[in-house]
Amino acid sequence: MELCDASIVKIEHMTPDIVRLTLQAPPAVVSHAKPGQFVNLKAGNGFDPLLRRPFSIHRIKGDDTLQVIFKIIGKGTNALANLHFGQSVSLVGPLGNYFQIGEAMCLIGGGLGIAPLFFLAQTILKKKPKANLKVILGARTQDELTCFAEEFHALGVKTHLATDDGSLGHHGLVTDLISSILDDGVDWQVCCCGPHLMMKSIASICRQHKWSCQVSLETMMACGISACLGCAVEASPTNSKGGQYLHVCQDGPIFFESDIKWNR
Amino acid sequence: MESISPELAVSIGTLRLPNPVMTASGTFGYGREYESFVDLGSIGAVVVKGISLLPRPGNPPPRIVETACGMLNAIGLENVGLAHFISDKMPYLRTQKCRVIVNVLGDSIEEYRRLVEQLNEVAGVSGIELNISCPNVKKGGVAFGTSESMAHSVTSAVRKVTKLPLIVKLSPNVTDIGAMACAVEEGGADAVSLINTLIGMAISVKTKKPILANTIGGLSGPAIKPVALRMVYQTADRVKVPIIGIGGISTWQDAIEFILAGATAIQVGTANFVNPRAVDEIRAGMTAYLVEQGLHKITELIGAAKK
Repeated sequence: MELCDASIVKIEHMTPDIVRLTLQAPPAVVSHAKPGQFVNLKAGNGFDPLLRRPFSIHRIKGDDTLQVIFKIIGKGTNALANLHFGQSVSLVGPLGNYFQIGEAMCLIGGGLGIAPLFFLAQTILKKKPKANLKVILGARTQDELTCFAEEFHALGVKTHLATDDGSLGHHGLVTDLISSILDDGVDWQVCCCGPHLMMKSIASICRQHKWSCQVSLETMMACGISACLGCAVEASPTNSKGGQYLHVCQDGPIFFESDIKWNR
Repeated sequence: MESISPELAVSIGTLRLPNPVMTASGTFGYGREYESFVDLGSIGAVVVKGISLLPRPGNPPPRIVETACGMLNAIGLENVGLAHFISDKMPYLRTQKCRVIVNVLGDSIEEYRRLVEQLNEVAGVSGIELNISCPNVKKGGVAFGTSESMAHSVTSAVRKVTKLPLIVKLSPNVTDIGAMACAVEEGGADAVSLINTLIGMAISVKTKKPILANTIGGLSGPAIKPVALRMVYQTADRVKVPIIGIGGISTWQDAIEFILAGATAIQVGTANFVNPRAVDEIRAGMTAYLVEQGLHKITELIGAAKK
């Protein structure tokens, strides 16, 4: 992991409040990045907002460019969204663990949770070109989904889409689509990222079918390097580390769903 | 004219530090977490995450929330426990040639005593910092650090069993922190470090509930610096032992302010989370300031704001 300045190559509004940030970063960051990992960003040296903001890596290009996608929600994301071409952000990364890749992969993303799955799809196509790859993407509306769907299509990956309001694809949830897309005889490895309830439902479906399920979790986080211990999540009694809590920055952000205590 | 690099070394009891920049307990893990960013041997002293006799799992999440120029935490003293610390964390720290100060915490005087007795035997431990902000389970859960007599008792009990430099970390959540400092000095402390976090809370307007699962947490970061500085300034008149200033130190200017207020050394806390190289940058800035001011020793500045 590195601490460095990353300069802004491009800052695009995919919707009025969804921003795609393209950064030029040292090869030590970009070439070591794996899908599912995150970077911890801060705009400026100010004290308010104080802490860095963690973002999963959306895409890498070459050995010096990476993208993150975020929604403008509070002070931290506002500060980042107000930067311009040529300015820089402070970056710590790449951080955390990454998705495990197999031969039959199903990627399920909801909302901004789609972001890391693009890097995952890129990597699967590169490392396992013959893998069976299914992609299911959902969002509230067409506006929040089209931008992502187009990126996957440009990669040559077919997507199955769902929107809450029915403005694009299936009118409903991504979980409605799973049984019609994934054939039962296959040993699917499901990777998902999105709202907590969505991942909880997917985890439950995967358990029924005995498919492995990796989830990408998000929490408040102060350091990203396992010093603050602020990013704890409750672990299942049978979790692989044996403790009561897991830490998103160090044990995650990617977890096998069986390690997580879901009943919240 | 030849410029000579100024002397940054300071003494905390019998412990000689090459420079006054330390890390604050709970913000620097067990040291190794920062190995990619700083040379641990160049830090004045590494104060590790608070250690208890047995491992503690910590509090349920959410454990942290950002506030204006600061953050609240209710980690709940999660730590690996003494045995694991000695077997798994100390060997690495010994290879780094850094001064290790072990922050210890307990539910009873007996626990503090047992922790320190065992640490006496561990190679590479340079000193002890007592976290007395914990509740004394045997005295109805009142924090050791909020009662002069309990703070005195725990300090003198530990003093009797160790020759290691003994620092007592004081809570600001008291009426008179100076009186607490006097009590632990009387109990045999070699130094006092202040301040620990200020107790605060945050409520979500969305859920209408406290954000932290623990309801309340410790406020840290730049927001608390003026309070911490005032407490160091006022305590400096009351004790003879060195003071280690803590509270929102993020820049070299902050560090110098604490020295001017009367601190002999300082600890960098929350700033480590934001800038994992903060300790290096603060030390470099302090050196440059001394050169610019034409000073030969950092000790010339201690308490200068009062003179």
